[in-house]
Amino acid sequence: MHATLKRLLGLLSCCFFVAVASAQTLSIDIVNGSPSARPIAVVPMAYEGGGLPLDTDISAVISADLNRSGQFKALARDDIIEYPVRQSEVKFPTWRMLKQDHLVIGRVLDAGAGTVRIEFELHDVATQARLLGLAVGGRRSDLRGAAHQIADFIYEKITGVRGAFWTRMAYVTSTGLGKNTQYALMVADSDGYSPQVVVRSQEPLMSPAWSPDSKKLAYVSFERGSSTIYMQELTTGSRQILASFRGINGAPAFSPDGSKLALTLSQTGNPEIYLMDLANRQTTRLTKHFAIDTEPVWMPDGQTLVFTSDRAGKPQLYQVPVAGGEASRITFQGEYNARATIAGDGNKIAMAQGAGNVYRIAVLDRSRGGAEWTQLSPGSLDESPSFAPNGSMVLYAAREGKRGVLYAVSVDGRVRQRLVLADGDVREPAWSPFRQR
Amino acid sequence: MNTPMRVILIALLAVSMGACSKKVKEVSPPAVVATPTETVAPVVIDDGRYDASDLDSDACLRQRVVYFDFDKAEVKAEAQAVLACHGKYLKDLPGARMTLEGHADERGSREYNLGLGERRGNAVSGALQANGGTAAQITVNSYGEERPTCSESSEDCWAKNRRVEIVYTKAQ
Repeated sequence: MHATLKRLLGLLSCCFFVAVASAQTLSIDIVNGSPSARPIAVVPMAYEGGGLPLDTDISAVISADLNRSGQFKALARDDIIEYPVRQSEVKFPTWRMLKQDHLVIGRVLDAGAGTVRIEFELHDVATQARLLGLAVGGRRSDLRGAAHQIADFIYEKITGVRGAFWTRMAYVTSTGLGKNTQYALMVADSDGYSPQVVVRSQEPLMSPAWSPDSKKLAYVSFERGSSTIYMQELTTGSRQILASFRGINGAPAFSPDGSKLALTLSQTGNPEIYLMDLANRQTTRLTKHFAIDTEPVWMPDGQTLVFTSDRAGKPQLYQVPVAGGEASRITFQGEYNARATIAGDGNKIAMAQGAGNVYRIAVLDRSRGGAEWTQLSPGSLDESPSFAPNGSMVLYAAREGKRGVLYAVSVDGRVRQRLVLADGDVREPAWSPFRQR
Repeated sequence: MNTPMRVILIALLAVSMGACSKKVKEVSPPAVVATPTETVAPVVIDDGRYDASDLDSDACLRQRVVYFDFDKAEVKAEAQAVLACHGKYLKDLPGARMTLEGHADERGSREYNLGLGERRGNAVSGALQANGGTAAQITVNSYGEERPTCSESSEDCWAKNRRVEIVYTKAQ
């Protein structure tokens, strides 16, 4: 009797867990690949400790990260025919025959108190040189985090650019329609795994923005009846209201040094850009125009804001000095340009670009002095682009049928991946800054 | 109510009761009853001012949604009659309060659409004030594209979502 009950309870809890997990996890598939991607073999890592087998396939996580960047093509697991664990076991002719440029091998050791030590090596197949030999520590409960850090080391060693796999994203989900809609602000790993609820609401949630230390999110909630800007600590969940003026309180964006918030307020009758000093909550008005001025984002030097304004009739991007002054228009191609996101070096600005009923993500590159445009997405209702902190990829939201899905696209537009929530509508992805080790 | 009017009303009542009872027995010509009702009834009930019960019964006041063109906030000609009667209602009942919920379709960016929803709410507020309402009676609250009534990506659906909803928070 007791045993039966126990088994039944076990069965129930197992099913419940599965249901919850499938309702929240983003599933990912590659939409297209890049022919110029570098071939790399990431050999499954041996667990050399004495505990239970690991619940995470570390090399699979690393391979998926490298594939998603568009810069690499990881060798399929079925094509791996040898399993070296240390340098002395590597037979380079095998990997040359498999046309691999690089080889990653490694092993996992127990490090006590629920932690492991992952030793890995990166080899150049052509020269047989060992490019990296490092160890990364981690909790057994966060092996995916350790794997993302290893992928970052490999990415940086080969491309010369800091990796951004060990980062997170915030996004908003909704289920239901009309007054019965349920909203949630979520945070997940940059690959969509390990989603966690930051806040749930019966009223709309919008516009998540990361603090530069990635410890806080600012966002817009309608739970008080009209738009209000909140700031919430991710670890403690404690939060405070930053702005609840009459009218719109929207589009929060932390300054690069974290001392200020740019935001949109319509307390004077129409939306204007303001700066808030986060130490004393004093606001300063930055724009003064009867048009809609909104969606401020900071240039990396913290001296200039880029924002959306329809002062010329349709929404276009403008920039204005933080110290005050005239706004000047920066987009002259496309009839509708809005919601800017700026890459780390400040030269690339991605935005939602509309023409007729088609909205795509486009990138304006000003690094060579002019204005070079690249279209990153096919449309037709793509919006809310967000650059990875290393500028290599962009997350954005798209519509498929009646629901929103997220895509990650390489900054050259060559590789796209789709991140789908099993249930409901996903939108407004915001890529976190680099995490501090 | 003056005496001749009362007489007519009683007469009407009698005729209609007669009509009802007759129906049970045999067929009667209905046209006889209908003609006088049409000419008299409006004169009887309309004193020219709204009262709170009209919110649920008046055909014009029961219309609470105003629609807009894409990326536009101009109140269309077809909405003027509805806004005229709501403006008059606000004038007739100075204690009445309403929220204008501004909405946009899904196209374009979310924060811009929050601004667009507010602009539409302000346009409706202006039209209501031109028809006798006061600013103190009206609150504009924009939801942007966050509260669609229709979730398909089609012209039909977008047209339904580009709207301002009139929500009375206090009837009188």
